[in-house]
Amino acid sequence: MGNFDFIEMKIPAKAEYVGVIRLSLSGIASRMGFTYEDIEDLKIAVSEAITNAVTHAYQNDEEGEVSIGFGVYGNRLEIMVADNGDSFRLNEVEKELGPFDDTDSEEIESLREGGFGLFLIDALMDKVQINNKQGVMVLMTKYLHEIEVDLDDDQVSTR
Amino acid sequence: MELSIHLTEKNNSLVIHLSGEIDAYTAPQLKERLLPLTKQNGTLIKVDMEAVQYMDSTGLGVFISALKSTKENNSKMKLIHIDERVYRVFKITGLDEIMDLEPRNKVERRNG
Repeated sequence: MGNFDFIEMKIPAKAEYVGVIRLSLSGIASRMGFTYEDIEDLKIAVSEAITNAVTHAYQNDEEGEVSIGFGVYGNRLEIMVADNGDSFRLNEVEKELGPFDDTDSEEIESLREGGFGLFLIDALMDKVQINNKQGVMVLMTKYLHEIEVDLDDDQVSTR
Repeated sequence: MELSIHLTEKNNSLVIHLSGEIDAYTAPQLKERLLPLTKQNGTLIKVDMEAVQYMDSTGLGVFISALKSTKENNSKMKLIHIDERVYRVFKITGLDEIMDLEPRNKVERRNG
C-alpha cells in the first residue's frame, strides 16, 4: 500500500459538524501543498459526501456517527466518508469498492436524488468510488499537480 | 461556519445580504428567510452574495426552490456579487443557464 499517513475523524451525524471537517480538511490539504482552487474543490466534495451521510441518518431518525478518513500520500489525498460510524479497515476498503455508476442500491439512488451532490463530487475529484456493503462509503481521490512555470515563458504546464 | 442574513428594502425591491457559508447546516435557515419573500407577487429579490465564500449543493437546492417559487408567484430573483469560486458551482451544474446571476467584478488580471 506504500507509505502514507492516515488521519481519522468521527463526528455526530449532524449538519453543524460538516464545517468542522472542512476546516480540518483545509489544514491537511494546504499542508500537502494543494492550491487554493484545489482546496476549495476538496471542501465541496467532502461536504457533499458528509451531508449525504448526515441526511441519511436524519431521515432514518438515527443518532449515528460519520467517519472521515484522510489518506495522505506523496502525490495524492484520498478521503473516505462512511455513514456507519465504523473505523476503516484499510486493507478491506480497497477490494470492496466499485465505480459509482456500477451500482444500483437504494442508498446510492438516494445519493443521486439528493440533487447535485454526487454530480459535484464526481466533477471536482479525480477519482470516485462507492461501496455499499455496510452503509455507504465514498472514497475519493485528488492528485497533487506539480505546476511548472518556465521563467522565460508565461506558459504554465501541468503534469 | 455561520450564515448571517440581513434584509433591506428599497422601493419595490428587496435585498437579502448573506454573509458566511451556505452548507447543510445554514441552508435551512436561508430557505426559511428566502422562500416567503418570493411569494410576494411582483417583487424583485436581490440576493447579495458578496460575503459568501463557500456554497455547496445544499445552497443550490435552496436557490432552485426559490426560483420555482418566483415562477409560481410572479416575482423575480437575482443573485449578485457572486464570488468566482461560488459562481463555478452554478456553472458546473448548468444552473447559470436558468438563473439570473451576476458575478462579482473581477480584479484586472496582471499582464503576462
